[in-house]
Order: sequence, then C-alpha cells, then structure tokens
Amino acid sequence: MNKVITPLVLAAILATTPATGQEAGGTLNLVIQPEPPSLMMGIVQNGPTQMVAGDIYESLLRYDSDLNPMPSLARKWEVSEDGLTYTFHLQEGVKWHDGEDFTAEDVVFSADVFLRETHPRLRATLDYVESIKAPDDHTVVFKLREPFGPFLGTFEAGTMPIVPKHIYEGTDFANNEMNNTPIGTGPFKFNEWQRGSYIHLVKNEDYYIEGKPYLDEVYYHVIPDAASRAVAYETGTVDVLPGGSVENFDVPRLTELPNTCVTDAGWEYFGPHSWMWMNNHKGPMTDPNTRKAVMHALDRQFALDALWNGLGKLATGPVSSSTRFHEADTPSIAYDPDLAREYLEKSSYNGETLQLLPLPYGETWQRWAEAARQNLIDVGFNVELVATDVAGWNQRVADWDFDLAFTYLYQYGDPALGVSRTYVESNIAKGSPWNNVAGYRNPEVDALWEQAALSTSDETRQELYTEIQNRIVEDVPVAWLLELGFPTIYRCNVQDLVTTAIGINDGLRDAWIEQ
Amino acid sequence: MKKGFARFARNRGALIGLVILTLVIVIAALGPPLYPQDPWRMVQRPFLPPFTAPGLPLGTDALGRDVLAGLIHGARVSLMVGLVSTVVALLIGVPVGALAGYFGGWVDDALMRFTEFFQTIPSFALAIVLLAIFQPSLFFIILSIAIVSWPPVARLVRGEVLSLRSREYVEAAVLSGQNSRQIITRQVLPNAVSSIIVLASLMVATAILLESSLAFLGLGDPNVMSWGYMIGAARTVLRTAWWLTFIPGVAILLSVLALNLIGEGLNDALNPRLARRGE
Repeated sequence: MNKVITPLVLAAILATTPATGQEAGGTLNLVIQPEPPSLMMGIVQNGPTQMVAGDIYESLLRYDSDLNPMPSLARKWEVSEDGLTYTFHLQEGVKWHDGEDFTAEDVVFSADVFLRETHPRLRATLDYVESIKAPDDHTVVFKLREPFGPFLGTFEAGTMPIVPKHIYEGTDFANNEMNNTPIGTGPFKFNEWQRGSYIHLVKNEDYYIEGKPYLDEVYYHVIPDAASRAVAYETGTVDVLPGGSVENFDVPRLTELPNTCVTDAGWEYFGPHSWMWMNNHKGPMTDPNTRKAVMHALDRQFALDALWNGLGKLATGPVSSSTRFHEADTPSIAYDPDLAREYLEKSSYNGETLQLLPLPYGETWQRWAEAARQNLIDVGFNVELVATDVAGWNQRVADWDFDLAFTYLYQYGDPALGVSRTYVESNIAKGSPWNNVAGYRNPEVDALWEQAALSTSDETRQELYTEIQNRIVEDVPVAWLLELGFPTIYRCNVQDLVTTAIGINDGLRDAWIEQ
Repeated sequence: MKKGFARFARNRGALIGLVILTLVIVIAALGPPLYPQDPWRMVQRPFLPPFTAPGLPLGTDALGRDVLAGLIHGARVSLMVGLVSTVVALLIGVPVGALAGYFGGWVDDALMRFTEFFQTIPSFALAIVLLAIFQPSLFFIILSIAIVSWPPVARLVRGEVLSLRSREYVEAAVLSGQNSRQIITRQVLPNAVSSIIVLASLMVATAILLESSLAFLGLGDPNVMSWGYMIGAARTVLRTAWWLTFIPGVAILLSVLALNLIGEGLNDALNPRLARRGE
C-alpha cells in the first residue's frame, strides 16, 4: 500500500510546491512569424497575435494537453446539474497592468459587450448564453439558454480574452488608441514594438501568482525570411522557433544542433487538421466512388515522413486525435492504390482533368500537392495543379471553383466548436473558404451534430460523435490527410516552455531559463 | 554560305557553343522517348545524392523524384520556352520596327512611344506582374516573356530599316511601282535578317534565363518540369542537398553560354566587315 501512495504523495508535493529548481531572471528571445497586425487580442485573433498577446491577456481558464480545464483568472468553478449555470470564482488581488483592480465586472463587460461585438467565433458560442452576471466582485455567473456541451472549453485566452472595462467601456473598440499599448492581466506587460523588428514585453511585477513569471523580459523578433530565421537560431539571436517559423526541410538540421530540443506538443487545443476539399457540388467528385478512389490513392505516410519530418499523425477522419471525442476505430481510409483503382473502376469518372489547388503557404504545401497529384495519376486520374496566391486560393475555394483543394483548419478542442462547421448543411454558403466548402449534405448526420452539441453528458456526446465520425468517414465528403505537427524548436535549457494545450501562446508564464 | 560557315568556325567559342547546343537539342528531342521516366514520379527515397543509387545517376529530390529525368524533360521545356517566346517576340517586334522605320513621321513617333512605354518598365518586373495577372501556365509564361522581349527587336529593326530605305535599290523598287508592303518584305527586311538572327540567338538565351527566374520565384507552370522549377524547389534545401540546385544550374549555365557563343559566331559569320576587327 505504501508503495503505491508514496509516488502519488511525492507527485502531489512536487506539483504544489513552487520554486523546485526554477530560476528567476533572464531574457527569452523568440521568433514571431509573420508580424502580427495588432496585439489587441480582443479584436484581432490571428495566429501571431495570439502567440504574443497570450502573455499579456488572460482568460478564465487554461487547458492542459488533454484539454482539461485548469485555473487561470478563475480559481474554481461549478457547473449546475442541468448544465445551464456556470459559476466562476475569480482570483483575488489581480491587477491590470495600469494598476487598476481586476473585477468580475471586467469579465461581464468582456464577454457580454466587447467580444460579442468583435469576436465572430466566440459570438457563435455566446448565442447559447442568456445572461452573464457578477453577483459580487469575484464571482461571475453564465446562464445558458440551452445546454451547450463544449461551453467549458471556450475560456481559452485567444477565444475569450478578458479586456479592461475601465479602458474600453463606451469607446469605439476598434479605434481605441489603447489598442496600441495593450493592457491585460497577464504575466508580461507590453513595453515596446519596433515595427518590422521586435516586440518587447517585460515582467509583470504585480502578477497575482507569487514568484511568477520567472523571466525578466521577452523579445519577439520579426524576421521575414525563413532561412534568416533558421540562421538567427543558429547564431543564438533567438532561443525559440515556434511552430511554422522555419521550413520543414530545415527542421532536422536545426534539431541536430547542440542544446536543442524539439516538441510538437502545445497545439492540442487547436488540433490543426489538414484535408483535401472535394467538390461535392459539381463535377466528378459528386460520385462517392470517385471520392473514395481519391482517399485511398493518397500516400499520406509518405507525406508525413518526407515533408513533415514524421511530426504529426495520419488523420483517421474528421476529428483530430487531440480533440475531445475523437474516435480512432472508424472505417479505414488507408493508402491502398489497388483499392483506389477498384473504386475508380466503379465510378462515373471519365478521365476529366481534375483541378487541384495547393495551399499557397510555402514550399512544403507545394511539394505536398505535387506528391498528391502523382499519387492520383498513379491510380488513373488526370490532375492539373492550379497555381494561385493566397487571395486567389481564397476566392476559388469560396466560389467552389475547384475539384480538389488542400486546406487545414483548427478544431478548438471540441467537435462542436471546430469540426461540425465543416460538415453541416446549414454552413454551406458561397463566399467563405472556411465553411462547408465541400458541400456535404446528410440530414441524418446534421441531426446528430445538433443533438451532440446540446448534450452535456460526456458519455452521450462520445456515443453521438462516434456515430457521426463513422457516418462521415463512410461518405468521404473530403479526403482527410494529416493531423499536422508544428514543431517548436528551442534551447533545452529553456524549461517548462510548452505546458498547456496552446503551448507558447500562454506558456511563458511558467517558463524559466536554466543558467 | 560555305564562306559564312568558315567564318563562323573560325570562332572557336562559337563551335563549342554549337556542340553544346546540339547536345541539348538532341537531349530535348530524343531524351524523353529514350528515358521515359516521368520526372514527377516518386521513385526512391528523397534526397539521395548523385552516384549513390543504381539507376538514379543524379540522385533524387525532396520527394524522391529522379533528378536525371527532371533534367532531360526540363531541357525540352526550357528550349521550347526560349524558342517559342523568341518567335512570338519577333512576330511583334519586326513588324513594329519595320513600319516605324519605313514610314517615319507620325507612324514612327506613335510606334516608338508605344515601344518606349514597354522599355521604361524593367522587363523582369513586368513579366512578374503579367504572370500575377494571368495564371502561371506555360502559354502565359511564353506570352509574358514575349511581351517583355520584343521592344529591343523593334528598335533594332527600325534602325536597320531607316538606313536601308535610302539605298538606291529601294528607290528603284519604288520607281518600278512596288507597293510599300512588297518593298518592306522583299527589299528591306531580307537585308536586315542577319542582325535579327544574331539578336534572336541571344534572345533565346535571355528567355531561358527569364523562364528559370520566374519558375525560381514560384511563377512557373506547376504542371511542367523545367530547370528553373528544379532550382526553385530545391533552394530551401540548398544547405543540405546542394546538388539539387547545382545540377540544373549547370544545365542552364551551359545552354545560355552556348547560345551566347553561337550569337557571337553568327555575328562574325553574317557581318564579315565587323568580324575582321580582331585581325
């Protein structure tokens, strides 16, 4: 008995005792790519903004790599039996970077007023919310109209950043001058932004967690060229290359450098999932047999090894394995050229030339499209790559002007937040490249999606989502490719850099440098 | 004609150029049938260095495609782009220059201002803009290269025609009642042809370089294997797999060098008075 308990107790002690070896001080240099348009995360939510501003702003919760909620601005929380009332108890003694006290009113203002206006993705979630109230300075109560399963997963810093009411109330949010000098509650304060060169953050001395953050200051360097970013790491100018900041081909070389560690963790909340759109509206891809032929023709393991350095995983269907309610045991979509030829034989495909749009995000994607085209030609398709820039890609995909098109999207931890949007019929609309572009229609599956989102029991949701995944994989509306692995490359003496499901975005709170 | 070749052959560089170019043309013409390996096909492990795997003398690229196959099939594309775009540029440039030079006056002014309009924009920048507007396909690449390379032809032809049209035989032709079209095509242009040939041989070289530069920037036709594409695709791995840029780079260098040498030799052969300047 003792033997079982001792490690547990030890683990508990280790987990609760701060400063076991953490050293305070030091400067951390990171690359930020591309330069963010703004650091006001309540208004701009693109990747680089979230990466920098995730240290300035906070939300009520953080998430571990299994997407379990952890305290952030909320120290504890309760959910009512009926799944309609969420009560958050806030940390005491939290101050905004300008010295004002942070209270529950700020949370109410942020969620109910500010973000409803500025944050389209959160707005969809807030449609389920009937009221947000602050009974006292340190309690916030969200009341929902109807149960919404993924609700507890929406309190991530980039999804619901808490902004200061005393600065924004009654102003024109988008044009408030304070957007240039963001004020948050986070572990780091904004200090300086030299456009085109660097963003400088300094330690928040009044942070509410004693002793944190450990770092004194943080520089995010703006280096526009991928090769120069790799050189900056080699020469020691930067210590951290966040995922996607160097070309994949450079990753193996960089990771062999001394004192260099690499991890593809820290993207679990986003679950970047790649697939090939297949045009279900018109053309050869309307035939399920043709779609199955495409699916089985693609050698995804090769792409994973040759283009992504083995970082990432083969997708098994619409839901990423890091997203909740993933079902691994779906019908096989494995690489099998013979099976692909069989399906092609059965299909109505008549040698039409398929237009394949690569994702215009750099060399890796271009090579991937070339490899995929070759896979398809090998089983008997005629395929032509269509070269586009980002704007051209957006337009052609939004106008359904393609047969096949590469893409990837984030899943935000829960199928109801980031997966259903790609497959429900209500989300078919020309004009956006991010909705149900493929044009997949299955009323039965639509009903299951709705049922699953409104359920609050995890078991029920798992059953429904398993059913959904099986059904969709059977229909192959798109060709799923990889769960992308974005490697973070960093010096090994930078400790505790990636500890949450959003990785570097909010990881600097706990990071420290071993001298 | 025999005399012309003798003068051409006296330029040793030109002979070397001719040998290289013949080789490239033979490869472009006979290579694909004799070496039918699809250059896009992934045949082996990626990044095999040259001379390490049997059957793959030049190794494989980032996707495990045969570099030799790419080189052979790329020769065809590079040569075709060079030749066709030069022909198209001549088709635009020669008439414009001939009309401007022959008629003079307001026709000359109008046509030359139009030509200058193209000349004031750096040709490479213009080609990029054109390809950004069109879709980068082989057809538009050739068209863009032709559009940016005809102005020098027009200027050269205009200069030649200006000096030829005051010759006695042109006046004789006018007196004999030939119309302007006949005079330009029968009397004037045939005498300007040697200069045009020399310029054209250099334009083919420039067009090959231009196509390679465009492909390097990712503005090539993604469905066509060319030398520029090979270099562009390999530049991200320059430090780990240098041969992927080096091999097609040498191919481009040799072809362009050969064309330039031949241009020089043709100049010696067709303009004998200039050719003896060194003697």
